[in-house]
Amino acid sequence: MRPRLQLLDEALIDRILDEARHVLATIGVEIESDEARALLAEHGAPADEATGRTRLPGALIDRALDTAPRAIGLYDVLGAQTHDLSGTNVHFTPGSSAILVLDHATGTMRPPTTADYVEHTKVVAGLANIAAQSTALIPADVSERIQDSYRLFLSLLYGEKPVVTGAFTVESFDVMREMQVAVRGSERALREKPLTIFSCCPTSPLKWSHVTSQNLIDCAQAGIPAELVSMPLAGFMAPVTLVGTLVTHAAETLSGYVIGQLAAPGAPMLWGGSPAVFDVRYETTPMGAIETMMIDCAYNEIGKRLGLPTQAYIALSDSKLLDAQAGFETGMGAVLAAASGINSISGPGMLDFESCQSLEKLVLDDAICGLALRLARGIEPAEDFPSLPRFTELLSDGHLLISDHTRRHLRDQITFPGPVIDRANRSRWQEEGSRPLGERARDEVERLLAGYRPSRLPDETARELVRLMEAEARRAGMPALPARDP
Amino acid sequence: MDPMESLAAALQRGDDAAVREHTREAIGLGRAPAAILNQGLLAGMGVVGEQFRTHQIFLPEVLLAARAMYAGLDVLQPLLERDNVPMLGKVVIGTIRGDLHDIGKNLVGIMLRGAGFEVIDLGKDVPPERFVDAAVEAGASVIGMSALLTTTMVGMKEVVATLEARRCRGQIKTIVGGAPVSAEFAREIGADDYAFDAASAVTRVKALLGVA
Ligand code: B12
Repeated sequence: MRPRLQLLDEALIDRILDEARHVLATIGVEIESDEARALLAEHGAPADEATGRTRLPGALIDRALDTAPRAIGLYDVLGAQTHDLSGTNVHFTPGSSAILVLDHATGTMRPPTTADYVEHTKVVAGLANIAAQSTALIPADVSERIQDSYRLFLSLLYGEKPVVTGAFTVESFDVMREMQVAVRGSERALREKPLTIFSCCPTSPLKWSHVTSQNLIDCAQAGIPAELVSMPLAGFMAPVTLVGTLVTHAAETLSGYVIGQLAAPGAPMLWGGSPAVFDVRYETTPMGAIETMMIDCAYNEIGKRLGLPTQAYIALSDSKLLDAQAGFETGMGAVLAAASGINSISGPGMLDFESCQSLEKLVLDDAICGLALRLARGIEPAEDFPSLPRFTELLSDGHLLISDHTRRHLRDQITFPGPVIDRANRSRWQEEGSRPLGERARDEVERLLAGYRPSRLPDETARELVRLMEAEARRAGMPALPARDP
Repeated sequence: MDPMESLAAALQRGDDAAVREHTREAIGLGRAPAAILNQGLLAGMGVVGEQFRTHQIFLPEVLLAARAMYAGLDVLQPLLERDNVPMLGKVVIGTIRGDLHDIGKNLVGIMLRGAGFEVIDLGKDVPPERFVDAAVEAGASVIGMSALLTTTMVGMKEVVATLEARRCRGQIKTIVGGAPVSAEFAREIGADDYAFDAASAVTRVKALLGVA
């Protein structure tokens, strides 16, 4: 049986959804994109002249939920399927858009460069439990006008896994779409085999800014999956109660479905988010708070009740370095998210409230994700009944180490995390230098970097990506891109 | 109890009605408006700020205290104006062009107001020139800028440059904040200071203006 975490019962989920719909029908949402407002007006929901807000009738919400797909596939740059975002399937991806990288050599956080980004991509390429790349760092050595598209460019050039990403402006969307079309060969091929997920974030409470509402429409029309990342802050920009925050989250996310599905019925979308409780002592948004994780898992249950693919920012930490807090917050999040059945889990590698990526933490987190994925597979009988033959064999051989049964099932029953997780006995650990986790993680990073195999993306496509990116950089006033590793 | 002490105590409890009443009482007793402001209201807020910093109380209590302070200030305002008692200073704040993150900036505004500054909030997505125009127009002595995106923080530099070009960089101080911003970045762009949260923003702005 697949284990399931359950925080809400059906009656409470339905009540939360009812309340959210009531809020949308009475107060409505503020939508800045003219195109989105026109679309809604065409479908009988014009913006209120006085308040500028658009009320969303229940019928419009029902229609959006009807046309929204129940499953989304993602495909790597070579076209092979890597994700089935549906049901309780779980996939991990690194936390996105860190403005800092934890430099292992100096132990300090600093703005990332192209070289850091490329290293991050190479490490992700080698991680077994991280199914998708994400545009995880913001390279500071390019013009701020291309910081969003440049990340996608590097990811597509160096990595093969699909990419969780997003645009920072309306204008960047075009080149980010063109790059994907270049990889797939045509717009239709991209529609058939999505390569990326774009984050589209409403502003709490109940608002869609010009950039995010336009990005959402552009994604929907291009068939690019959009994850709706609503981030109410409990006790600040949302009620302090977890249920109240869930109502805000549901209302914002439902409104996103209405916009996206009106723009293109059937457009691939995820019921996502990055809510947090607000820490009224430090004025911060802790992602490692248990209540933040509870809100994530609970809204996942709501999304699942509607049958939708889901996403969340969970399995990350607020710590500033690779310490026990970094491990336990990430571990708790990964396990809860996997048990909840969140389809796309954004978090690994991340520290400092979604602000800092660490390569060493990333390889630790990969091991954590492996354990969480194992948990999600649950306990199933496998040639276990009748049990008598196993006992007979054990009694006659004295052990089951080389039993056929053991050899058939060893690897699917028990996970063996890499050397970052210490399972040596004390003497061996001492003999091997009494090395702390941070050093072992560094070794693993080095090993993955040394073992990196260049992407199999055809040369011609790579050249096209470079051409697109260089043209975009010139438009932003950058005559040349920073030098890149082979 | 001395009305100043009752005033400060009521303020710390966040009791609007009591603050209003004690303010009237102190006025009735003939206390100088400047003294009521400084030794009653602002002194009370000083205690609240310190208790917040040391986690004896949390943000909601600070905001309640700030609201109670306004209740007292409303009563006191006409007398302060009559006596020409200056407030701590005027601060123009806003989130820089292209950036829609305003939660942190709003908090900074609330805390500055609570500490006795007059705050002119320009909102978010504010073009650099507007910061300067607004500050000059209002006679503000500080511009506070917020940025949460690496892609927008560069806009802050333009504000400093505009102040320079208009030869008012000395009179109008600049302070910056937001997640990607640092003290080092502030130095780089020539801003006068940086603060990492709303409570420290108050301390830094006071230091910039040389008020205790
Ligand atoms: C909430 C949030 C949003 C909300 C903002 C709602 C609002 N009304 O502000 C929404 C959903 C709109 C949003 C949108 C986006 N966001 Co956002 N967001 C956040 C988040 C999770 C929290 C920010 C926050 O409010 N913190 C709480 C407040 C209290 O803290 P604070 O802002 O840091 O402010 C404190 C201090 O910094 C300081 N301070 C702040 N301002 C000032 C000013 C002065 C003068 C002083 C002295 C001090 C000071 O005092 C404050 C109080 O303590 C951050 C991650 C993070 N944890 O920082 C990402 C984050 C900032 N967002 C990010 C991104 C990428 C985006 C989007 C581009 C996503 C997208 N593709 O749509 C858009 C951009 C929209 C735009 N053009 O601005 C990235 C930034 C990456 C980068 N390039 O820099 C971050 C880091 C998350 C991430 N890793 O992906 N976001």
